[in-house]
Amino acid sequence: MTKKIKNLNLNFGPQHPAAHGVLRLILELDGEIVEKADPHIGLLHRGTEKLIENKTYMQAVPYFDRLDYVAPMNQEHAFALAVEKILKLSVPIRAQFIRVIFCEIGRILSHILNVTTQAMDVGALTPTLWGFEEREKLMGFYERVSGSRLHANYFRAGGVHQDLPQGLEEDIAEFCESFPKIINDLESLLTDNRIFKQRNVDIGIVTKQDALDYSFSGVMIRGSGVPWDLRKSQPYDCYENLDFKIPVGKNGDCYDRYLCRIEEMKESVSIIKQCLSKMEKGPIKSLDGKISPPPKKEIKQSMEALIHHFKLFTEGYRVPKDEIYTAVEAPKGEFGVYLISDGSSKPYKCKIRAPGFSHLQSMDYLIKGHMLADVPAVLGSLDIVFGEVDR
Amino acid sequence: MKNLEDLEKKINSELTTKINKTQIKHNQIYLDTDKDHLVDICLFLKTNNDTKFRQLIDITVVDYPERNQRFEIVYLFLSHEFNQRLILKYSISEHEVIPSLTSIFPSSNWMEREVFDMYGVSFKDHPDLRRILTDYGFEGHPLRKDFPLTGHSEVRYSEDEKKVISEPVKLEQNFRNFDYESPWEGTKYIKDEIETNDKKN
Repeated sequence: MTKKIKNLNLNFGPQHPAAHGVLRLILELDGEIVEKADPHIGLLHRGTEKLIENKTYMQAVPYFDRLDYVAPMNQEHAFALAVEKILKLSVPIRAQFIRVIFCEIGRILSHILNVTTQAMDVGALTPTLWGFEEREKLMGFYERVSGSRLHANYFRAGGVHQDLPQGLEEDIAEFCESFPKIINDLESLLTDNRIFKQRNVDIGIVTKQDALDYSFSGVMIRGSGVPWDLRKSQPYDCYENLDFKIPVGKNGDCYDRYLCRIEEMKESVSIIKQCLSKMEKGPIKSLDGKISPPPKKEIKQSMEALIHHFKLFTEGYRVPKDEIYTAVEAPKGEFGVYLISDGSSKPYKCKIRAPGFSHLQSMDYLIKGHMLADVPAVLGSLDIVFGEVDR
Repeated sequence: MKNLEDLEKKINSELTTKINKTQIKHNQIYLDTDKDHLVDICLFLKTNNDTKFRQLIDITVVDYPERNQRFEIVYLFLSHEFNQRLILKYSISEHEVIPSLTSIFPSSNWMEREVFDMYGVSFKDHPDLRRILTDYGFEGHPLRKDFPLTGHSEVRYSEDEKKVISEPVKLEQNFRNFDYESPWEGTKYIKDEIETNDKKN
């Protein structure tokens, strides 16, 4: 007697806590082995690129917070750099330090979220609780500098919106002292944990060649042993004056990627410390009145400042005709902006290159032949945030 | 090659007829080509020992509705070895089908699907050309310049039918686009007037 066996199709998501957002993953299962994975994305698509085409350059910044919403300022950075390069603006040194500090805070925010939720996906609950306490402090810094915990809208072409409030530098320095201990605590829970290792070691292996072919970047490519970091290879702002290392993995599996993220957090803390010690008083945005708005006090006294203010908040500033691609090393990988300006005050086209998009694409290749239970582990280590994948 | 000028020379000498124009700008190299040469050029850029652009960063399209060849297809490449970026471009008209790069760069699969979804550009030999970002059953191509910002249909839950339904967009007020350009530099209506007067004379 012959039996006909049919593969089972399983919907993973869109409402699944381990899908890290709204991902519909259609899995074809042979028993418990995954034969094929077909991610359906776009459930969070908001047409960001279309909206940006209809807004002035200054109004476009908040849309970048809403992409990878766990590390908002890193995205703003890419856009600010793109506009600055076209306008040939120079950024005051203090503004560069502030931006780097907040980018590294964003990196820590994102890595804490990823490391702890990856642990939760494979069964450990405590790291999440410990990690989120630290995230709360970091979001407090975001709030004090920009007024909001998540959607900061803080970076501008030519610098940042306003200077650090009093006492913030000291508090960030204090955080840098206390945080390494928390990383050690997290590591003591996970790094040598038997269950965590069983679930992550040798799972979702990416070879060097595949990392190139699938356009991987960030931790996904470093985990496979390629020492590629845009902060080192194509430094922007003041990264070239800072001293930091690039952690690189060996096997390219989920466990190595976890280790890379932990090490990167330690490096980020050291970068923030260096910035705080090197930072001096000074202007925090470009002094060009045609680009950055005048201080409130000046508006009351100077006619020119008043005109500048009015023009900037109605028409906005104009950007000469040009095209450029700029990328930054966001926590998840290479986040790029391909900007085309046409001489008016609105971008003609703004393509956003999100690292998560190409990472998620490789889901089928990564998960083929693995067990169903490995899906959350691999998905967790890809570090997917749907704000940026769907745009 | 480490040096951008050397790279430009190399590309020009190797691909002479296939390249229309090269330019170095913002520390990146920009190439203009034609649709027919795309696959050859990409193979060369990926495999040649002096170029090694082994990573495809992104594919996108720029829509210029007023041009004859409406779409400009843009490919962004990155070379880790030489730490360089390259931007490759060519123009096509609205209904042209372009070659897919999926056999050379596996990552181009979703990028091409996105281009198809957003601009309606079709790819030849693509293994799985479906919409990717828009809703199931969506009509139109949202990133084209002639697609309205507010879209055509909106979705809501209908209490009567007890399900989610899709309806034509009804807005209390349309999206307003103000003309803020300074009057002394010429707002749009003045510019238009001058232009029509010029044409009459």
